[in-house]
Amino acid sequence: MRKTSKLALYGVMTALAMILSFVESQIPAFVAVPGVKIGLTNIAVLAALYILGDKGALAINFVRIVAVALLFGNAMSLSFSLAGGMLATIVMILLKKLGRFSATGVSIAGGLCHNLGQIIMAMIILNTKAIFWYLPVLWLSGILSGFVIGIIGALVIRRIPVGKSDF
Amino acid sequence: MEKKLIRKNDIILLGGLLFVLAVITLIVFLTRQAGAEVVVSVDGQEVAAFPLDVDTTYEIEGAGGGRNLLVIEGGQAYLSDASCPDLLCVHMGKISRAGQSIICLPNKVTVEIRGKEKSEEYDTIVG
Repeated sequence: MRKTSKLALYGVMTALAMILSFVESQIPAFVAVPGVKIGLTNIAVLAALYILGDKGALAINFVRIVAVALLFGNAMSLSFSLAGGMLATIVMILLKKLGRFSATGVSIAGGLCHNLGQIIMAMIILNTKAIFWYLPVLWLSGILSGFVIGIIGALVIRRIPVGKSDF
Repeated sequence: MEKKLIRKNDIILLGGLLFVLAVITLIVFLTRQAGAEVVVSVDGQEVAAFPLDVDTTYEIEGAGGGRNLLVIEGGQAYLSDASCPDLLCVHMGKISRAGQSIICLPNKVTVEIRGKEKSEEYDTIVG
């Protein structure tokens, strides 16, 4: 891939991740447990991981988190997103390297780790163990949303012919 | 060339994670006791405690000037109002069993139900 097309692709993927992040924030919470989310943004991150590689996924998710926090969030939401997003991305990169799982399996682990990172961050910020009680609910929601998002992501990855041609 | 959407390993991973989830849920469920005390903490510091069987209301002063209104009624505790914009803590509903909690992140408030034994004793048993 040429440098210019790579740069453009990074920009497009980051914009896509930000849009999905915004769309997700407009969906009202349907369960009264903070952190239960569909994880639409992970479609873009998952696609970035398979199309642009490890560094691409990490960079795009990091820029997305910081940009979205600056636009719509605050310091608190930034620390939560970073803890969840970075842990999830790193685990997804490692699982993909293992080569034993498809994008769906990678996404399941990502969804789970996103919620795990956030609950650990909440325990640090609130300085309490009490919220550990939410772990089973968040764990289940992370697995299920990761599964659904993983299948959608895998379908998206198939249909984007980047890497096969040089534009 | 087309890769499979779901591989056998994915199913094993999914099943394994769900199994661990079931074990954790079971442990949480089995170690649950009836609640006896409602403990309010702000930023990790206990600020107030109330018996669960006496009806009362209490205004919690959260971190950064935020406020939450705690109501204890008929053996259940809930937050009826809060200064934060999303009111997630209010929507969390009523709690009554030991170990359950309501959290308000913006105000750094946690409302926790404790069982009859003090949690410090429990901690020393666990090590």
